[in-house]
Amino acid sequence: MIETPTHTTEPIVTGSSVLGVQCVDGVVLACDTLASYGSLARFQRITRLHQPAPGVVIAGGGEYSDLQQLFRITDNIFRQEFCQEDGYELSPRALHSYLARVLYGRRSRMDPLYNSLAVAGKGRFLGCIDLYGTAFESEAVATGIGALLALPLIRKQWHAALAMDEGVRLLEECLRVLYYRDCRALRSVQVAKVSDSGEVLISEPYELSNLQWKVAQAAEEV
Amino acid sequence: MSHPDPGFVSMSFDSDTQRKIVSHQRTWSPYVDNGGTVLALAGRDYAIVAADTRLSVGFSIPSRNFTKIVQLTDQAVLASAGMGADRQYLHKILRSRLEIYRYQHQKEMSLGAIAQLLSNTLYSRRFFPIYAFNVLGGIDANTGEGFVFGYDAIGSFEKVKVVCSGSGQTLVQPVLDQQLAGRQKYDVPDDQRMASLSLAEAIELTRDVFNSAAERDILTGDALELYAVTASGVRCERFELRRD
Repeated sequence: MIETPTHTTEPIVTGSSVLGVQCVDGVVLACDTLASYGSLARFQRITRLHQPAPGVVIAGGGEYSDLQQLFRITDNIFRQEFCQEDGYELSPRALHSYLARVLYGRRSRMDPLYNSLAVAGKGRFLGCIDLYGTAFESEAVATGIGALLALPLIRKQWHAALAMDEGVRLLEECLRVLYYRDCRALRSVQVAKVSDSGEVLISEPYELSNLQWKVAQAAEEV
Repeated sequence: MSHPDPGFVSMSFDSDTQRKIVSHQRTWSPYVDNGGTVLALAGRDYAIVAADTRLSVGFSIPSRNFTKIVQLTDQAVLASAGMGADRQYLHKILRSRLEIYRYQHQKEMSLGAIAQLLSNTLYSRRFFPIYAFNVLGGIDANTGEGFVFGYDAIGSFEKVKVVCSGSGQTLVQPVLDQQLAGRQKYDVPDDQRMASLSLAEAIELTRDVFNSAAERDILTGDALELYAVTASGVRCERFELRRD
């Protein structure tokens, strides 16, 4: 009987939801900048978005150390591809497939990387992978509690002609909802835009605006 | 001695087992059930392989468009319900094995050989099973007759005329049995019932049972992918199912 390693089956420092939406001119990813230590909001200005190569962005939730490991892995494969100097470029879809194999391989060794990832790339690519290695492409993705709170909102608002700026506003609204309801979410967020041509814009962390807490006063009056 | 109450933990347990019982530590499961229903049906000169496209995790639906079917050759199509990641793995290695076979033998693998290959592949993981419930459908290259194979997760398989697996199995299989392979109709002999079913009728029946399964099974729905295998090749059709 193989002894089960347990250290990676209990995440310690964790990131919450990641959101993504496909738009008519590119793809948008969004997440907050918090890495929680249990219920403690431990690291409040970390980035969960990563650009390993031109035209590709990955974002992840779950165990933050595993996420950093995955970022290093993707950096390495792109570096190896670059050193080949054969003019061949690893596509976002190839990276998505590769990461799915990495996560599936680790779960099959009973030593999972405890993350769920969203992969965005040029050519309007948006994919999602969970810690079991389940991978799919979709016009709207949300991981963690975002799959319950944000995904229905994104699906409801989504349409084929959604522009990237509208996509950003849509994801901001979802992050706002998550900030209201997800105890592991933060007001400080980051957004990444990947245009069809591969132009990547990752914002600096900024605070969500237009937060409405009046309903809390109403609850007190009752 | 194996009383679950920590107060009854005896010193006869090894320390690791004891720690697990006392801390109520649950071991992480590498499996997840992503639901979904798959079906295969064989007529005299065709086979149908169908599956819904919903990917469920518990009560949520991460994807409404997640294919469960892979076309292996011009004569064989495979559909798998169960765990999404295991299915993707299984489909990937089967496709690569068939590619190698093509290079080595300069021909496609026959339906019977694919059926056995799938069984061996599943059984090679007997003690860490691939959590996928497969139905394989296709036509015999020599006779042109349709055949389907049903599997369990560890490779037991059976050559049949009609089979359904996955979360809607309990809803769909009895209907198929009664309509196509049942023993309750005395007007038409068993062997003629399947033979007299045309492809168009079979597609209609498949659509009906998937619509029925989607009514009651929350893990089945969104869309139906249907592969019809005939002597002239494989045709894929898509129909909407209820999305709630």
